[in-house]
Amino acid sequence: MNTKKVNKLALAVIKLIAAVVVVILAFLLGKILLSGLPHVSWHFLTTPSRSFTAGGGIGIQLFNSFYLLILTLLISFPLSLGAGIYLAEYAPKNRVTEGVRMAIEVLSSLPSVVVGLFGFLLFVVQFKMGFSIISGAIALTFFNLPLLTRNVEDSLNNVPKLQREAGLALGLSKWHTVTKIILPEALPGILTGIVLCAGRVFGEAAALIYTAGQSATNIDFSNWNPFDESSPLNLFRPAETLAVHIWKINSEGIMPDAEQISAGASAVLIVAVLIFNLSARYLGNRLYKRLTASK
Amino acid sequence: MEKEKIITSQNVHLYYGEKEALKGIDLDFPKNGIHALIGPSGCGKSTYLRCLNRMNDLIDNVKITGAIKLDDEDIYSPKMDTVELRKRVGMVFQQPNPFPFSIYENVVYGLRIAGVKDKNLLDERVETSLKQAAVWDDVKDDLHKSALALSGGQQQRVCIARVLAVKPEVILLDEPTSALDPVSSNKVEEMLLTLKNEYTCIIVTHNMQQASRISDTTSFFLNGNLIETGPTKQIFVNPTKKETDDYLSGRFG
Repeated sequence: MNTKKVNKLALAVIKLIAAVVVVILAFLLGKILLSGLPHVSWHFLTTPSRSFTAGGGIGIQLFNSFYLLILTLLISFPLSLGAGIYLAEYAPKNRVTEGVRMAIEVLSSLPSVVVGLFGFLLFVVQFKMGFSIISGAIALTFFNLPLLTRNVEDSLNNVPKLQREAGLALGLSKWHTVTKIILPEALPGILTGIVLCAGRVFGEAAALIYTAGQSATNIDFSNWNPFDESSPLNLFRPAETLAVHIWKINSEGIMPDAEQISAGASAVLIVAVLIFNLSARYLGNRLYKRLTASK
Repeated sequence: MEKEKIITSQNVHLYYGEKEALKGIDLDFPKNGIHALIGPSGCGKSTYLRCLNRMNDLIDNVKITGAIKLDDEDIYSPKMDTVELRKRVGMVFQQPNPFPFSIYENVVYGLRIAGVKDKNLLDERVETSLKQAAVWDDVKDDLHKSALALSGGQQQRVCIARVLAVKPEVILLDEPTSALDPVSSNKVEEMLLTLKNEYTCIIVTHNMQQASRISDTTSFFLNGNLIETGPTKQIFVNPTKKETDDYLSGRFG
């Protein structure tokens, strides 16, 4: 066979593989959306779930998912940003740094159910935080931190070394160079990482079953005092998320319309992640343009 | 009359770990003018240049001995503030490296960091610096466009304007034209010739014609040693050392 033919053949094979991936994805998405969206209505999205009778919604679970996501990012993003900046810009190249990196790698491959059980033993039982949204958020931080830190570090490292030299040679301090020049340039990469992590958090069930709990207590959406037990913002109430809800009704749901609810909830989950991704990307581009004044 | 010296260096040794990259350099630069550092790749000329504003501090495992003085101040003394030093000794790199901001922001960045807020002063400094860097006519209509949208040659001149804006005394140029096309290189050279009355420019170049065209003095480096230094004309026409002669006539390097 001559090279031209080999080239064509290889291209065909690669195209075929890409097509298979796209078809599988399209099939999955289509199936979930087609079977789920007909059950989604405003009523479905806003009413609390029912355990024994048909007609329940996913209102509280949906709120819990978003609230937990925001809380998790609020805790894990500053931590990973700091750690990432340190590792990429300041850490000396020695055994200790290598050890830290290794620990991060190991932590990132920890199964989420193990993270959940660890969170259960430490926060729920030992620290007596109970099944609560804050236990869930901390457990998810453990789960999130390695990937986010790694992502921040990689994004910073991807900024050419020349930019650092340019900043320093101009008489900028190292801190200024990092925060005003390197960080804005790394921002799109960092945001992509946050979006990926957010998707993981949003769809995570195993780590939450034992930490944020499996019950969605009735909350009162007119009470925004975070110290009140029925307030949506209360950190110490158990909070079943959408993903946990799907798992639960599929394994032990006894309401007559369990199947429809599960399908509808899955569709909502996917759409939410999609919206989140798109808006974060849009926001990232806007932010990058503002910080860099490029058009 | 002996001209006033702005930078003096005595017995400068630099080690990357075990490797000795500079083997005792004694070299002085008179105030103003263009001074070229030439020599084959790996001879230590860039390394030496980077000693002058302490850019080698960024590399791990580097040890520097000897004395380098800027206006009789030891730049490696613990009292020296590297931030202050780098404001006085600016640097232009081989690859144009504008910040991902607008042209305007690129030029004023050093001033902003230094705390200058006066809009008129900033505007004025942008215009003078860009004019000095011979790029004002190219960019005056879209100063708020991203500097990354410019051509390589324009980017390099904006980078030079960025250095000029903070009014340094010395400008280090590390092969500033080797990534540019001949037309752009020519513009940068002409610009340097207009700057040399006010600034001390020290340029590392691989381009012999460039060195002979624009520089006032030339220093030839080889294997970490300074072989010969003197007025450019003398180095090129009548070098005293055999190595210099061999290199310039292309017998090695």
